[in-house]
Amino acid sequence: MSALLGRLFLASLLRRRLATALSLLAIALGVALGLAVQLIHAAALDEFGRGMRLIAGEADLQLIGPREGFDESIYPVLALRPEVAEASPLLVVEARLPGREDSLEILGVDLFRIARVQPGLLPLASRAGDEDGRFAALQPHNVFLSAEARTRLGEPQLRSDGQSAPPAIREGMLWVQSGVRSFALQVAGELPGATGRLAVMDLGAAQQHFDRVGVLSRIDLKLAEGVSPDAARMALAPLLPPGLALRVPEAAASEVGALSRAYRVNLTMLAAIALITGGFLVFSTQLLSVARRRREFALLRALGLERRELLRGLLAEGAVVGLAGGVLGVVLGHGLAMAAFQMVGGDLGAGFFRGTRPQLHFDGMLIVGYLFLGVAAGVAGTWLPAREASRVAPARALKAGEAAHAGLPQARGRPAVGLSLLALAAMACLMPPVEGIPVGGYAAVACLLTAAVLLLPQLARALLPLLGRGQGVSWRLAHARLSATPAQAVVAGAGVIASVALASAMAIMVSSFRVSVDDWLTQVLPADLYVRASSSSGSGYLDDAALARIASVPGVASVDTTRLVNLRVSDEEPLFSVLARPVRGNWGLPLIAGSTARPAASDVPPAWISEAAADRLRIGVGDRLRLPLGGQMREFVVAGIWRDYARQHGAALIASEDYVALTGDRRINDAAIEVTPGAAVGQVAAALRAAFGAEHVTIALPGEIRAISLEIFDRTFLITYLMEAVTIMIGLFGVATTSAALATTREGEFGMLRHLGFTRSDVGRLIAMEGALTTGLGVVSGLLAGGAIAWILIEIINRQSFHWSMELAVPWAALASFAIGLVLLAALVARLAGARAMRRSAVLAVKADW
Amino acid sequence: MLSVQSLRKTLPGAPPRPLFDDLMLEVAEGECVAIVGESGTGKSTLLNCIAGLEPVDGGRIVIGGQRIDDLDDDALARLRRGAFGFVFQAFHILPHLSLVQNVALPLWLLKVAETEARVKARELLVRIGLGERADDAPHTLSGGELQRVAIARALVHAPRVVLADEPTGNLDPGRATEVLDLLLAQIREQGAAGVLVTHSRAAARRADRVLELAAGGLVDITGRA
Repeated sequence: MSALLGRLFLASLLRRRLATALSLLAIALGVALGLAVQLIHAAALDEFGRGMRLIAGEADLQLIGPREGFDESIYPVLALRPEVAEASPLLVVEARLPGREDSLEILGVDLFRIARVQPGLLPLASRAGDEDGRFAALQPHNVFLSAEARTRLGEPQLRSDGQSAPPAIREGMLWVQSGVRSFALQVAGELPGATGRLAVMDLGAAQQHFDRVGVLSRIDLKLAEGVSPDAARMALAPLLPPGLALRVPEAAASEVGALSRAYRVNLTMLAAIALITGGFLVFSTQLLSVARRRREFALLRALGLERRELLRGLLAEGAVVGLAGGVLGVVLGHGLAMAAFQMVGGDLGAGFFRGTRPQLHFDGMLIVGYLFLGVAAGVAGTWLPAREASRVAPARALKAGEAAHAGLPQARGRPAVGLSLLALAAMACLMPPVEGIPVGGYAAVACLLTAAVLLLPQLARALLPLLGRGQGVSWRLAHARLSATPAQAVVAGAGVIASVALASAMAIMVSSFRVSVDDWLTQVLPADLYVRASSSSGSGYLDDAALARIASVPGVASVDTTRLVNLRVSDEEPLFSVLARPVRGNWGLPLIAGSTARPAASDVPPAWISEAAADRLRIGVGDRLRLPLGGQMREFVVAGIWRDYARQHGAALIASEDYVALTGDRRINDAAIEVTPGAAVGQVAAALRAAFGAEHVTIALPGEIRAISLEIFDRTFLITYLMEAVTIMIGLFGVATTSAALATTREGEFGMLRHLGFTRSDVGRLIAMEGALTTGLGVVSGLLAGGAIAWILIEIINRQSFHWSMELAVPWAALASFAIGLVLLAALVARLAGARAMRRSAVLAVKADW
Repeated sequence: MLSVQSLRKTLPGAPPRPLFDDLMLEVAEGECVAIVGESGTGKSTLLNCIAGLEPVDGGRIVIGGQRIDDLDDDALARLRRGAFGFVFQAFHILPHLSLVQNVALPLWLLKVAETEARVKARELLVRIGLGERADDAPHTLSGGELQRVAIARALVHAPRVVLADEPTGNLDPGRATEVLDLLLAQIREQGAAGVLVTHSRAAARRADRVLELAAGGLVDITGRA
């Protein structure tokens, strides 16, 4: 069998180099995309995990709470417990760097504790030899930087507005911001054990400098010998105030992994569709190859080749293409991942790992897994043609008359299976998510794609009579050919269906999402001007004095404030956002249920929750919401549900006066300003910049925020556009290989037509029309499937993955242009691919007969 | 109707092989000429040259008074649409067209209206005894029936010249005679010039004249074949 395998089967791949190369490339691209997504994400997670391990050091448990911190009075309670051997308190400050767009994570630490719990964070003073150096870490104005932080912050930064921001470290001093004032810290040394961008200073000094006196962000616990983390949690949990939780350090990395999982799975599914399209391409080329070699196989069978040997030989062809594609894909995937690390870091565009600079790691199991997927795509694509070939009776295939059918694929549509798959897709849509992953939605997409391919002949039968026959002979022949053999459309159109369905579904989903985000931004940004000192967790903030300064600026009519805090509603849930701001009318609140009126009869204050909060906490209007605020668990009544595209893990909005009454926290993150009628917004903005110093606040018009938000939105979908483009390219490969193969098998037919008076151009036109017609059917089927998949993406996958609803907005003009463009492109590709058959002499083409 | 004058053709190679040297052929309207000869003497090449499918090295080919050997490829293709009919050994019936569509194919190329093309194709199918099966698919027909369809296709547009290369090569003797008689009768009835290439002396004898291709020229062997 091995000699036979080499000479008859594998040699056949070399004979049809173009088709083999395109199939191989299609599989390689599918493998590469999937592998690159996995590699990038794994490396980013690994990098994040290493950072977490460094900070956690030898801690067995960590006490965590709101991002803004919690009262340090819990520290002695825990430190004195017998279960705890060491307790290391930390204040984590995301320090705003005046004038710059990046920030620096500063850890306020107890130097006597970190030596035992987090030795990797121990600072080394530049002047360690003298007395000043020995006590440098205790000096309140000293800060210690990791090597990366020292390098990066010592350089100017190119901001998104094109301006250059000054270095944050100037003359040995690090310039940071607290509230709306800047101050300098002495860079006194380094952190030899730290990686990433990080700084360490004395805990008390950090609390003082950043106005966080009495506040901690975390306490890392090293447990007494023999005490397990579970036992310690059981013993310590009752001592904790609401909103604080104990967890093992590894949980932070897995929480980030879980946060980004839905996004990663979505990208992997896109890559899988690219791979499936590659499989369809193998199917098309193998089916045509088998049809062409029908007589060869019949002869071999007559000479004694077993049916199973024929089947195995053909499957080996597919496996070899799949393996070669897999190997190429693995190489390409690593290259893509490396390029992505260079260009965008480990973020993949969604913001989960912004700022990480991960290293590429080779994962043997992952590589083997993707090689297997490549082989599986090759074998799966070959399975049906191989089975068909092995079932043909040799005597029948050897008959002269059979020659007339050579090259006509024998693939049949399977309407019953297709319809069953549609029903299955409908049922899969009803499935709830499995661990936050919309498994049912993805299954429905797979069922729909397969059904669209299987039902293509039926669609062809229904549509072709509507197209009319036309007067041109090329059109008549193309129309007649496809009408007589609608199953041929499956062969050429399968790859087109998958790629068009994917592209159109993504286009509809992204358009709906973008239109909804645009509308949402218009609703949530009703003011004339916005002032922000830093993001929610940053060290910049506005206080009452700052608000008074804003109000005194000429042209300012009113100021509305927003306080944003992040807290934990339960031990298992990721951080939950609470926004405190005035609630009046529908001002800036895109409600989809309930109303903004305070419930008259309620004994507790109202809260308006986001869709994600409603989904995750399974509550609705009228239900009670419990939030740990001000060290106690507070109860609210849900008065409405609003649309929020900014916070995937849930948010609640409460009235400012309720928040201040419950917490006493008067800090402000954002101020929304209405200007007096007739006042120039630009002049008011300039006056505000002058009042605070341009480097201390960000002042933006709603239009600017909208533009930036939509730019971020578009960047997030950039990678999906890239993957769509690759899939479309694979689909066009399918048209090219099918057209080339069909044209070669039909050289006799073209020769006869040339005898009857067809010019070479007429033959080219015929091939182009057939390519266009087949692709057109694939496009129609793909668009129908794409519409249905878009609905699944919007209503099932997005809802279950990200808890976002959106209004359907079909980009009709773009879809029509795309469809027409693709059909024309397919006609061109088919004509180019069939050029060999066109060039061939009419005499040679029918030589067997003359 | 068909006049081939002083035709010269040399096959490329090392050394080049002269195929025709000063070859002459005249075929009148309604006349059918059979060409016989050993394999490799250039019978099929002669048909290709007449149809403008192969270039010639010298001489003239005239169809109905029009010289065609100096036309370019596209002009020859356009000429073939109306002036020539072809019958192939392997029929070359398009499997995805019905019989009537296959026969109407040359009329489509001549941009004849669909209704008129169908009527003409049906008439011809009736004349060759396949009127009842006009809308059938080709794969339901026998070899002899398929060749009759090919003959109808070759004649439906009333060509001035009909070229047939081994039209009975794939048929059993009984079917061969029947098909050949039909072809010759139709050529004569339409007043076309017919050129038939065959290995079969019996088939050749049914033509008006029999010419043997040998040593680069044609020799009339009518009565001796």
